[in-house]
Amino acid sequence: MLKIRSLRSYYESMCAVKSVSLHIGKGEIVTLIGANGSGKSTLLNSIIGLVAKTSGSILFEDKEIHALSPSVIVKMGIALVPEGRQLFSPMTVYDNLVLGSYPYYSIKNRQLLSRKIEWIFELFPVLGERKNQLAGTLSGGEQQMLSISRALMSDPKLLLLDEPSVGLAPKIIANIFKTLVDLRQDTGLTIFLVEQNVGLALEVCDRGYVIETGQIIHSGEREELTNNKEVLRAYLGRE
Amino acid sequence: MPVWNEKYEKMERDELAQVQLERLQQTLIRVYRRVSYYHNLFNKIEFDPHEVSTLDDLKKIPYTTKDTLRLAYPYDMFAVPLREVVRMQSTSGTTGQPLIVGYTKNDIEHWTDLTARVLSAGGVTKDDIVQICFPYGLFTGGLGFHYGAERIGGSVIPSSESDIENQVIIMKDYRTSALVCAPTYAALICDELEEKGISPAELSVSRGLFGAEPWSEAFRGEIEESLSISATDNYGITEIIGPGISFECEQKSGLHISEDHFIPEIIDPDMGDILGPGEKGELVLTTITKEAYPLIRYRTGDLTSLRVEECGCGRSFVKMDRVFERIDDMIIFNGQNIFPSQFEQILREVIGKTPNFQLVVSKENNLDKMEIQVEVSGDIFFDEMGKLTDLEHHIMNEIENRLDFLPKVKLVEPRTVERSMKGRRVIDRRYT
Repeated sequence: MLKIRSLRSYYESMCAVKSVSLHIGKGEIVTLIGANGSGKSTLLNSIIGLVAKTSGSILFEDKEIHALSPSVIVKMGIALVPEGRQLFSPMTVYDNLVLGSYPYYSIKNRQLLSRKIEWIFELFPVLGERKNQLAGTLSGGEQQMLSISRALMSDPKLLLLDEPSVGLAPKIIANIFKTLVDLRQDTGLTIFLVEQNVGLALEVCDRGYVIETGQIIHSGEREELTNNKEVLRAYLGRE
Repeated sequence: MPVWNEKYEKMERDELAQVQLERLQQTLIRVYRRVSYYHNLFNKIEFDPHEVSTLDDLKKIPYTTKDTLRLAYPYDMFAVPLREVVRMQSTSGTTGQPLIVGYTKNDIEHWTDLTARVLSAGGVTKDDIVQICFPYGLFTGGLGFHYGAERIGGSVIPSSESDIENQVIIMKDYRTSALVCAPTYAALICDELEEKGISPAELSVSRGLFGAEPWSEAFRGEIEESLSISATDNYGITEIIGPGISFECEQKSGLHISEDHFIPEIIDPDMGDILGPGEKGELVLTTITKEAYPLIRYRTGDLTSLRVEECGCGRSFVKMDRVFERIDDMIIFNGQNIFPSQFEQILREVIGKTPNFQLVVSKENNLDKMEIQVEVSGDIFFDEMGKLTDLEHHIMNEIENRLDFLPKVKLVEPRTVERSMKGRRVIDRRYT
């Protein structure tokens, strides 16, 4: 579904992603593991078109998307749940969701829009309860649910998640991840998960890549990563 | 025939290229960071592993030779600390100092999967009784196949280096259905069966998976007939991983290289130039999943050629021709390059089947001398002496005609020529 070949991306003037190649198959949950500043977010932002200075190739469903604008990329079926949620705090839950539907939003499509929103409220009932509340007044967990939901409103085939677990209680994280895994099961959604919480990422992923100072140094199925003592030592603090 | 790992073995070529590029980039960065030899080499040639953007960039790196590995003995080529190594194997050291090859947990997992592919392609399933007569020790053949056969779920008999009489008893009584060994060892088993008067009909064996030494198509025919089995070839060298690098499928038309783990190239052994598909040269391999002992562009010393073609089995992996010549089996005899396989061919033509033979090379008055010891079936010794001498002369003449020198030929009784499990056919006494 997604094939990245020898991607280089710059964060300001620094080369944050150096010759990275990776692929994600349809329906897979693939994780990218790495420390702070290893280039994870730059890589995600490059996929969605938010990084201006890049070279290499990014194929999405065999079409080159490198250097396309984010709005085009979102229309093609990729959505990003950004780090720090980036909600529109002074707007309501409902309005945040409507904003997520902009790739297909039109008066004619109102029915589709309300079906989508109903579906979101089934996935995360708490958002339904708070649909007229301002996004900024939600709890951390609810904000994360809203951020994911807003991304799902664009009807993506590939969902990119940047550190969704940051600052959340373990129980809430577990709920959110369960919803994502179920979503993959039910709809065939493909997920690329960037996480610092490596233990969690390795629990839900099928495969993963390990990034260090902008380079991928390991990859493999989940078992291969958990067999790798270096990964365990560096990211889980155990052997 | 079953395909053990459909996802990779039948992967589309462009997807395979993606997997290879990802794994190559990771491997090059790891060896640059962790193996001082590669770190210094890359610096010296100003090769930046972070700049690798295509598979072709690999060609910028010089070859790694066995001499380099010897200098790094015991652990200098390891890319992980020893506490991450869960297994050591070793080369036999028949051509010099032995080498230590380490494996991490993942390396063992991959290796197991690779030998499982070999066995599956040769027709082995969970219903088989698999007798493995490779030494279980530092040599990779025994343990390598053992793990793969167990993973498939076969009933594995680790008969290892048990003596030949015992092997045959096991084969018959345990109802072995798949035999895994070196081809010369299979020949030895045939001899023993003949001697004991056991016919193939009394055995359950239906498949032979032979490797670890070169063997000819003619020999395949003979062994398939005498044991009434289907025999497939497989290839591996310890430095790279052991058995499991490449294997024949049911088509028996070349050995598929597991390209999701190894990138093959063919080079001119003298000049080092890269040769194209179909051209015969030395096999060079790069490991792209190995963690403990990764090698970049390692010269195997084996001569073969590569073919990218559709195979009836559906596998997309490139095929290499069967290896008949090892560069390090070559004898320089009075300035002439000679391969034992050339003698095998001549002897087969003269005698009608491939005999067990050995070349003993020595020096007299600064000239190289060769004695060929050939085993011939016992009954010929009961005939008149004349026949023996005739046969000797016949062999000598053929060799003189084709190889342009006159060796001494000695016909000996069966099993007087020492057979090694690795089947080396040259004893070189010139330098001792």
